[in-house]
Amino acid sequence: MIDFIAGVFGSSNYWYIVLRSTAPILLVTLGAVITEQAGITNMALEGSMLWAALVGVLASAATGNVWIGLAGGILASLVVAWTLGFFALKLNANAVLCGVALNLVGTGGTVFVLFSLTGDKGISSSLASKTLPFIKLPYLGEIPWLGKVVSGQNIVVYLAILAVIVVHVILNKLTIGRRIRATGANVEAARSAGIDPDRVKFLALTVSGVLAGLAGCFLSMGYTSNFTSGISAGRGYVANAAQVVAGGTAVGAIFASLIFGITDALATFLQNIGLPPELIQSLPYAVTIIGFIVVTISRDRREAARKRALFASAPAAAPREPVPPTRPGRGAA
Amino acid sequence: MDLILETKGLTKVYGNGTVANRRVDFGLRPGEILGLVGENGAGKSTLMKVLYGEEAPSAGRILLEGKEASFSSSQDAIAAGIGMVHQHFMLVPSLSLAENLVLGKEPKRKRSRFFDQDEAVRITEELSAKYNLKVHARARVVDVSVSMRQKLEILKVLYRGARIIILDEPTAVLTPQETEELFAELAELRRQGHTVVFISHKLDEVIALCDRVSVMRDGRLIATHEVAEVDSQTLSNEMVGREVRLKLDKTATSAGAAVLVARDLSYVDDFNITMVNHVSLTLRRGEVLGIVGVDGNGQTELVRILTGLERSLSGSLKVGGRELMGAGPGAIRRAGVAHVAEDRMTVGAALGASIQDNLLADRYSEGRFTGRFGFMKTEAMREEARSIVADFDVRCASASQSVASLSGGNMQKVVVGREFTADAEVLVVSQPTRGVDVGAIEFLHRRIIAMRDAGKAVLLVSSDLAEVMSLSDSLVVMSAGRIVAYFEDAAAVSDKELGLYMLGLKRQGEDEIRKVLHED
Ligand SMILES: Nc1ncnc2c1ncn2[C@@H]1O[C@H](COP(=O)(O)OP(=O)(O)OP(=O)(O)O)[C@@H](O)[C@H]1O
Ligand SMILES: [Mg+2]
Repeated sequence: MIDFIAGVFGSSNYWYIVLRSTAPILLVTLGAVITEQAGITNMALEGSMLWAALVGVLASAATGNVWIGLAGGILASLVVAWTLGFFALKLNANAVLCGVALNLVGTGGTVFVLFSLTGDKGISSSLASKTLPFIKLPYLGEIPWLGKVVSGQNIVVYLAILAVIVVHVILNKLTIGRRIRATGANVEAARSAGIDPDRVKFLALTVSGVLAGLAGCFLSMGYTSNFTSGISAGRGYVANAAQVVAGGTAVGAIFASLIFGITDALATFLQNIGLPPELIQSLPYAVTIIGFIVVTISRDRREAARKRALFASAPAAAPREPVPPTRPGRGAA
Repeated sequence: MDLILETKGLTKVYGNGTVANRRVDFGLRPGEILGLVGENGAGKSTLMKVLYGEEAPSAGRILLEGKEASFSSSQDAIAAGIGMVHQHFMLVPSLSLAENLVLGKEPKRKRSRFFDQDEAVRITEELSAKYNLKVHARARVVDVSVSMRQKLEILKVLYRGARIIILDEPTAVLTPQETEELFAELAELRRQGHTVVFISHKLDEVIALCDRVSVMRDGRLIATHEVAEVDSQTLSNEMVGREVRLKLDKTATSAGAAVLVARDLSYVDDFNITMVNHVSLTLRRGEVLGIVGVDGNGQTELVRILTGLERSLSGSLKVGGRELMGAGPGAIRRAGVAHVAEDRMTVGAALGASIQDNLLADRYSEGRFTGRFGFMKTEAMREEARSIVADFDVRCASASQSVASLSGGNMQKVVVGREFTADAEVLVVSQPTRGVDVGAIEFLHRRIIAMRDAGKAVLLVSSDLAEVMSLSDSLVVMSAGRIVAYFEDAAAVSDKELGLYMLGLKRQGEDEIRKVLHED
């Protein structure tokens, strides 16, 4: 068993799969990060991915063009995000409940549409859908072991890495990023500064819609080459937990989704040694939730421990604001 | 003289039928500091919100430099050069001061959407220097003091080009020293040609700072004076419409048995500062023990520990002989400790809930309000609320109104009304009259003394030195989280002497401080 695991971790094939498994969860986690920073929880990421995966397949099969498929998929995902925005922001409905409702519509709705068009409830294999291109990297690909890991991945894997940079720049370098963070941290303050919080949240939802759309299309047009019912497999929900592990930053999202990717890829290998597949498939989710719990608890613990240590060692604090206590116009009582 | 901003017959009726302003003729001269005083609920904040475009007037006109103006939102008012600093801060704690300042009107790098951090800091520092309002541009808002946040709020208004600046009770949360600093800064603004409206309940402040003062009562603007021609007694009589006694009668009593015994309490805050450092004290029946100290020297945290809202890192807390350290606020309340929290907006009251729900929050589950099978006795609840509202003179349309729609002083009466009728043995009272008008202050002070006379143990914390000194029987001084002095007889100490202890310049010997333990 130990040998087996060591063998797995040493193989370039394993790490190739890790990157492949990480990409979709990374994209949705970034979406969750940006909406959460803007102060709205995008619980509908799951639904966004499902519709993107289906529409991507349908549009690419209908037109024979994979890029039109991708555009269609992203648009479908955006429609879900905007619907959430409309209900949560314009009609003031509870965002989490709306998100869950949209996910349920997605689960049933995608199967319904698939069945209406193909007569199959499970898989779109009867459609001649396209897959997004895999890209061989020119020089990196030549490097022994490493080349096999990073080169030859689907274009979306590279786009996911690009997305980290984009989200990082949005949140930290652009003016809109300050507005997003201000809105998430104190809506009243943002409003009084002349910012329209609803617009900011809508924008964050739009970005997350594009990211979830990309992730959804990848699942049905790259990761696999078909749409299957429930293809997003809860990644949209996990993203909201991973967002917490990420600490609300784009760079943190890499680590949070790698936890998922590493176990997800491991699960693929473990299937070969005869563990029950149901158990193995639940592994990545369990590990992410455990990561979520560990991060939350350790943040609290560290805080408490730091205080105790400081209290034990710290000299008495200096008095604050050392200025005379009386003021003209108010005499002794 | 021409007026820069005026209202003619301005009337404001809120959605629930409250008439907050009645035919108000308000006038502001260019380049003056105008004080605006009035009882809680007199309509001061409402009038200012109308001028700032946040509330639409129901009738009447607004004239800006003689020309008719109508603001449909505060954006319009800002564009017209009117800025307002609200009673409550409007800041994003996790962003830096510079980022907060430019929020909504950010500097960008040339022809891009990139936020220009350095430019934001430069703008902040430039404004800060220009108006002599000192702030740390790069620090985060969470890390700076309340008075610096206040300055930042004023700078925000100036950055948006305001010539008329409305300050709604800016000094309510400031220490006397910070207030003095603010006054110098406001005088500087006036010198540079800005016009200021200054709302405060502290009449001395108004007289010290302002050129003129307008008095509001019951929604009407009833008088405007040159400050040189009035005194605080006249103003307070006008505000309340009757004689107000600014001095308090208090008979001496002798303290009884110990009820609350706190030993060796400690607390370290989020910024690693030891806010409470091995503090011990004893509260006795029939005695008001006052805590004085410059704000931020551990008083807040000590109160939070005593009322179970925070856990001490060491020591013990006994009420009536029972150990309650770490028992939580519910158990401490049940053991007989009532708490008037210093911040009525967050800890003291649930703003969205009704007055009745707030008044009954600590007792709704008692047998007299909840019957068998958990059914609530609505009639008994309504009766209780009605009687507290009457007893504590809460000015409201009905007890089912939300607390958020009350004026600041009336909110405070709701909190005090609940705590003082809680049948507690110990009353921990923090900043009881912050943002409260003179009439209500007089009332609240009398109630505190009445509780003492009824044999309760009272711990009083207030940043109003005059208030603590006049109400307390004995005094403790806190500095840097420690008790540095104890005075058995509060009447026998001068504020000058207290000042030396508050600043940490002087410290009593351990033996003298130990007397607060009453362990003989
Ligand atoms: N949003 C609201 N809805 C309904 N009534 C309100 C609202 N805001 C204020 N009021 C009522 O209008 C009246 C005037 O309130 P306002 O806040 O203007 O008083 P104030 O003079 O500023 O008092 P304070 O000194 O306590 O702040 C009060 O009776 C208050 O209960
Ligand atoms: Mg007010």
